[in-house]
Amino acid sequence: MAGHVHSIESFGTVDGPGVRLVVFFQGCPLRCLYCHNPDTWHFGGGTEMTAGEIIALYEKNRPFYKNGGITATGGEPLGQMEFLTELFEAASMRGIHTCLDTSGITFSAENASLLRQFDRLTAATSLVMLDIKHIDPDAHLQLTGKPLKPVLDFARYLDGRGVPMWIRHVIVPGITYDQGQLFRLGQFIGSLRHVKALDVLPYHDMGRAKYDRLGLDYRLKDTKPLGREEAIAAKRQILSGIQAVRSSRPQPPSAI
Amino acid sequence: MQEQWRSFSPGVWIREINVRNFIQMNYTPYDGDDSFLAGPTAGTTALWEQVMELNQKEREAGGVLDMDTRVISTITSHGPGYLNKDLETIVGFQTDKPFKRSLQPYGGIRMAVKACADNGREVDQEVVDFFTTHRKTHNAGVFDAYTPEMRACRSSHIITGLPDAYGRGRIIGDYRRIALYGVDRLIDDKEEQKATTRSTMYSEIIRDREELSEQIRALKELKELGRIYGFDISRPADNVQEAIQWTYFGYLAAVKEQNGAAMSLGRTSTFLDIYAQRDLAEGRFTEEQIQEFVDHFIMKLRLVKFARTPEYNELFSGDPTWVTESVGGVGIDGRHMVTKMSFRYLHTLQNLGTAPEPNLTVLWSVRLPENFKRFCAKTSIESSSIQYENDDLMRVTHGDDYAIACCVSSMRLGKEMQFFGARANLAKCLLYAINGGVDEVSKKQVGPKYRPITSEYLDYDEVMERYHDMMQWLAGVYVNSLNIIHYMHDKYSYERLQMALHDHKVTRWFATGIAGLSVVADSLSAIRYAKVRTVRDENGIVVDYQVEGDFPKYGNDDDRVDQIAVDIVHDFMNYVKRNHCYRGGIPTTSILTITSNVVYGKATGSTPDGRKAGEPFAPGANPMHHRDSHGAVASLASVAKLPFKDAQDGISNTFSIIPGALGREDQVFMGDLDIELECCGDSACAIPNLMEGLDDRN
Repeated sequence: MAGHVHSIESFGTVDGPGVRLVVFFQGCPLRCLYCHNPDTWHFGGGTEMTAGEIIALYEKNRPFYKNGGITATGGEPLGQMEFLTELFEAASMRGIHTCLDTSGITFSAENASLLRQFDRLTAATSLVMLDIKHIDPDAHLQLTGKPLKPVLDFARYLDGRGVPMWIRHVIVPGITYDQGQLFRLGQFIGSLRHVKALDVLPYHDMGRAKYDRLGLDYRLKDTKPLGREEAIAAKRQILSGIQAVRSSRPQPPSAI
Repeated sequence: MQEQWRSFSPGVWIREINVRNFIQMNYTPYDGDDSFLAGPTAGTTALWEQVMELNQKEREAGGVLDMDTRVISTITSHGPGYLNKDLETIVGFQTDKPFKRSLQPYGGIRMAVKACADNGREVDQEVVDFFTTHRKTHNAGVFDAYTPEMRACRSSHIITGLPDAYGRGRIIGDYRRIALYGVDRLIDDKEEQKATTRSTMYSEIIRDREELSEQIRALKELKELGRIYGFDISRPADNVQEAIQWTYFGYLAAVKEQNGAAMSLGRTSTFLDIYAQRDLAEGRFTEEQIQEFVDHFIMKLRLVKFARTPEYNELFSGDPTWVTESVGGVGIDGRHMVTKMSFRYLHTLQNLGTAPEPNLTVLWSVRLPENFKRFCAKTSIESSSIQYENDDLMRVTHGDDYAIACCVSSMRLGKEMQFFGARANLAKCLLYAINGGVDEVSKKQVGPKYRPITSEYLDYDEVMERYHDMMQWLAGVYVNSLNIIHYMHDKYSYERLQMALHDHKVTRWFATGIAGLSVVADSLSAIRYAKVRTVRDENGIVVDYQVEGDFPKYGNDDDRVDQIAVDIVHDFMNYVKRNHCYRGGIPTTSILTITSNVVYGKATGSTPDGRKAGEPFAPGANPMHHRDSHGAVASLASVAKLPFKDAQDGISNTFSIIPGALGREDQVFMGDLDIELECCGDSACAIPNLMEGLDDRN
């Protein structure tokens, strides 16, 4: 089947290990206030591409990707579950490292047929970069327009299946730049056994011009970008949350 | 065996002049990391501060601090010059003091006069008279022989940057020979060559004998240059300091006599490392001392200066000397050729700070040791000053003792040389094909009066047919102009010292070049896949183009247009090959206008890809600005399709990227895997930050 692809970056260096072919999926159910790719929100549209075409692009320049692989990002790749699974299965069959950059928002532990789909997808996934937007349920709803529960459930599900994870978190002044929240986020991460890295990203407003172009209202216009030092401090705070959980429990449980 | 050769492994290098054999028998590959390196000594720092002060003064003086307007530069023309004699461990300047540019009229007196005049100075009238009335220059010779057609092509810039008024450069003497053998042995060798030429005096034998005599004379003067600075370089160098000094004297003698467009150094680091290893083993010098010698050597190379005109500097976007030094690579026996000295050379970018010269060029192979690769990446990120070239590609043609002249021209040291050939403007050539040889800027009939294209919309097949005819014509005028240039350069401005550091029989690469490749590829793609409407002036000459619709653009890994670029290079090379080349030169071409693309664009009218008149071309084989929209890999993949065998003189791609785009915290490529572990002292929660899976997976 063909998927709706917003665009392709042939030299991705910040979306997973190594140099990667990055596929931006078209469409996202979230409406994060700080989103810098509002042009990927709308489902449908974009360029129609098959998994085979994307694999062919990769194979053509395979030497560049020796230490990398393919990353699916967006948009929200889980919004095109079938196409995503097809792409990752085709890639992993060829020994290509697959990385899923997601919010996990479409996950549900209760839906058995959906779970089977996720089982298939994660079997072909080498790494998940899970973007936890906010650790507080109400704040998450406000920030993204969707509930937090599926995100945390997805994290626990991945941990249960032993899928390696990087946790990503964007530090936004006035929203997530809060000592208590960061510590609680750390505590949650500390409860997971398969988190390999923590990727803390300072908020920037470089997506703003896109909003103007698309005629959308940019609701964080009064928020200043976060400095590098503050991002490092935020990361320390999350790490201390992780440490608190792990030092108190020699064998960390898989869930809080 | 010579005393200076103690403890070296013998080989054929003892019986014949053969530096490569010496290196292969004696070098020590180094697989370790950069932790052995030493920082700058107090002496180095003091000297470099002095240089920075002089730099500042030179800038304030408008670009030139001092020029010699009376003494014609030769190998021995000037007494010794120093920054600070007590602190310098490697010595020698082009004139009697640093930052004073020498007077070199043999390439062309007019250029020498203008270079002085433009910098507010006047060349001694006697010198001007002498080189106008009594002694002909290269430049005068060329213009005696040029045809009117060649002159028209030159002034319309369809052939451009020709070395007909300045030194052609691109010849690399094997300066290492001086250190290994001493000058006397090299003179003996040349005497033997002269004594064994054929004895029937055909013109080429006469020329050969005259040139060998010139070479011997130059070597004798080289010894004198050593003596001026208090050294006896008739004998081999005895230690690494002498080896660097002897090598540098050779290079210095070359730049004292030739103001070439590129005066490259060669491939000296692994050679010199053999001496450094022996000195370390014998306890003669410490690592700090050796690094100091290297720092001072590199400092000298940074201070090579020529008298040039503003136009020249505009053409090359600055005042480059192209002191290219090739580092690393892999030997044909499979051992990599990275030594500690390779690290020391790159380390000067830290000890002295970053600089464009010398143009440190890493001969890159997938088989270079991992530690060296990491060090290169780190130094690149910190300095943006390393050039990379594909050793795996070039080794096939040139073996493992070649070096790069200028930016991409590869040649075996002491065995191959190049006739530098500037470049043909293929974008303008396409416009000539459309306008029947009429120049779109001057409106003069420059090319042959072929049938112009008269339709409103351009037809791909029709344009291609005309374009091939026009390329064939251009290649003919171009190669023949170069024949004249190199004949006259050999005659009036012969590189006697550099050729003295070559074998008797040398292979001569006859280099041509291409400018505007991506403009041509995109233009032809637009004509083929979109609709291109011509806009004509009152005389029916096409002066602009309107592109209707979209078309595949070179730089996006799209074969539809990339193949056009590949074909153009291949076809133009074939047209070049159909011509006679001076002195048995083997034709090659390059796609490498790294800086002059701006000037070439200025002289070229609007093109069918939508580029407006006067806008710059892309540098080298780069895609046009902002047209590569699929990221760096796609862009590089397009360039990589250009076949090396059709552009053996080199293909360049200028690649700029902000460090942040190489990975967060710049560490994706530098690979510092364990950052911030200390945040979580407890090993149970050790989180390898961000970099998981970077290097442990293939």
